[in-house]
Amino acid sequence: MLKLDGVTKVYRIGAFGGQTMTAVDEAGFEIKPGEVVSLIGESGSGKSTIGKMVLRLLTPTAGTISIDGRDIRQMGKRDYYRKVQGVFQDPFSSYNPVFKADRVFGMLREVYFRGVPDKEWTSKIESALDAVRLSPEAVLNKFPHQLSGGQLQRLLIARALLLDIEYLVADEIISMLDASTRIDVLNLLADLKLRGLGVLFITHDLALGNYISERTVVLHKGRIVEYGATDAVFEQPEHAYTRKLLASVPQLHTKWEDAS
Amino acid sequence: MTTTTVEPLRPPVRWEALYFALRNTKLLVGMGIILILLGIGVIGPFFIDKPPSEYVGMQMQPPSGEFWLGTNTFGQDLWAQFVHGLRTTFLVGALGGGIAAVIGMAIGFLAGYKGGWIDEILTMFTNVVLVLPTLAVLFILNAYIGVRGAGMQALFIGLTQWPWAARSIRAQTFSLRSRDFVDLARLSGVGSGRIIMREIAPNMSSYLLLTFILLFGGSILIASSLDFIGLGPTDAVSLGLMLQQAHQWSAMHLGLWWWFIPPGAGITLIVGALYVANVGLDEVFNPKLREL
Repeated sequence: MLKLDGVTKVYRIGAFGGQTMTAVDEAGFEIKPGEVVSLIGESGSGKSTIGKMVLRLLTPTAGTISIDGRDIRQMGKRDYYRKVQGVFQDPFSSYNPVFKADRVFGMLREVYFRGVPDKEWTSKIESALDAVRLSPEAVLNKFPHQLSGGQLQRLLIARALLLDIEYLVADEIISMLDASTRIDVLNLLADLKLRGLGVLFITHDLALGNYISERTVVLHKGRIVEYGATDAVFEQPEHAYTRKLLASVPQLHTKWEDAS
Repeated sequence: MTTTTVEPLRPPVRWEALYFALRNTKLLVGMGIILILLGIGVIGPFFIDKPPSEYVGMQMQPPSGEFWLGTNTFGQDLWAQFVHGLRTTFLVGALGGGIAAVIGMAIGFLAGYKGGWIDEILTMFTNVVLVLPTLAVLFILNAYIGVRGAGMQALFIGLTQWPWAARSIRAQTFSLRSRDFVDLARLSGVGSGRIIMREIAPNMSSYLLLTFILLFGGSILIASSLDFIGLGPTDAVSLGLMLQQAHQWSAMHLGLWWWFIPPGAGITLIVGALYVANVGLDEVFNPKLREL
């Protein structure tokens, strides 16, 4: 179980760090294996900051993040990244434009699979690509700009799968994809969930959160305003912000004239 | 019926830079001049058996078949001096520019990538060196050191010229650092040093090359200024020193144009060609500036 407890991030801003800005204020929730927890909030609410702290790209100012009761700061980073991986929002920014896209696999090999012979490595990659429904011929040995956003995001998920991960931080991973690929990637996450993976699904889109997650965390200005089973949050929101958020979702069969 | 294959309009990505480089007049002309002068400076001295300061002939001889650039008021062979001077000038440029580029990159990459207090300290240090009156410091340093070699001169120039390179590399690194692929490399367990060298630096390789070229030209200019006011190497000949001697011994009043025009033209050509090549390279690497 991945657990956040009183996690706070305060940035120092201004000249010589004279002022402070609280991005995340005492956030606490947990992700169990085999469940998707969606973290919903508007821009600047601190949801990506939480994702980055879970991925140890940022260090919390206060509070602890732990896996199965063990503080993640006590784990070596390499061991930690074997268990927890992330996929980011912009597929084109996630790849170094100078190199071929499959270099993201090569980087992992250099660090984690040094002794693995070529043949075994190739079959490992093929099975990971198979799990994300990509064919090796279509994506290997290509530059990032030759692949589509959906392919790139799935390639990143395949990369994470090489490591037998337990938790995945998915930071707005489908918000830059077009509608038809979105559902593919979304269903892929649901597949991973069935395999026992815990997913932190960061999004600003309520419908997506509702579609995929067991539990929902609503974040507003760095504070958690609602946390519970997704059904409960969506049916009986307790906080005024959540109610406002739910009311502001455009409906498929409603025109704006009728909505107001 | 035969099927016609459509020829690709663009060359493969890997060779794109080379494709445009070979079609860029500015780059070709600039590099051509540099290579010719470099060739003279590197190979030339092997064909001249006497040291450049030896008194070999009649005084104040105009250019002739025997002395290609004539002789000065002491009867020294000016062609020999020019050839050796070119070598020294390139050496000072490469060494001074190289030292400045290495320091600038080290500080720029470290400050830009690490951020935080490391950045604050390094940036403050950079700014301190940046506001030092470089030429005045060089005067003082050079004046204190008795025997001065070209290498020593290059070292001092390199040690004072890096700040603007460090600042611009820091800024570039800073913007690249926040890209997701850097985070992804960190998630792959890659260390900071390798991220800088293998993720960030390749994205600004053209910029680093341009920085080095500008530092190279800058070092030659500073070295020439130092030489001209008499703070050049005491144990070598350089183009700047030739100019200084020509000035000191009134070459202009005596009408010895072959004494001061070649070194002056040499410096102008090297620095000018470097800058023209630099503009050409910029066009090669930056698609927005391409004329094709």
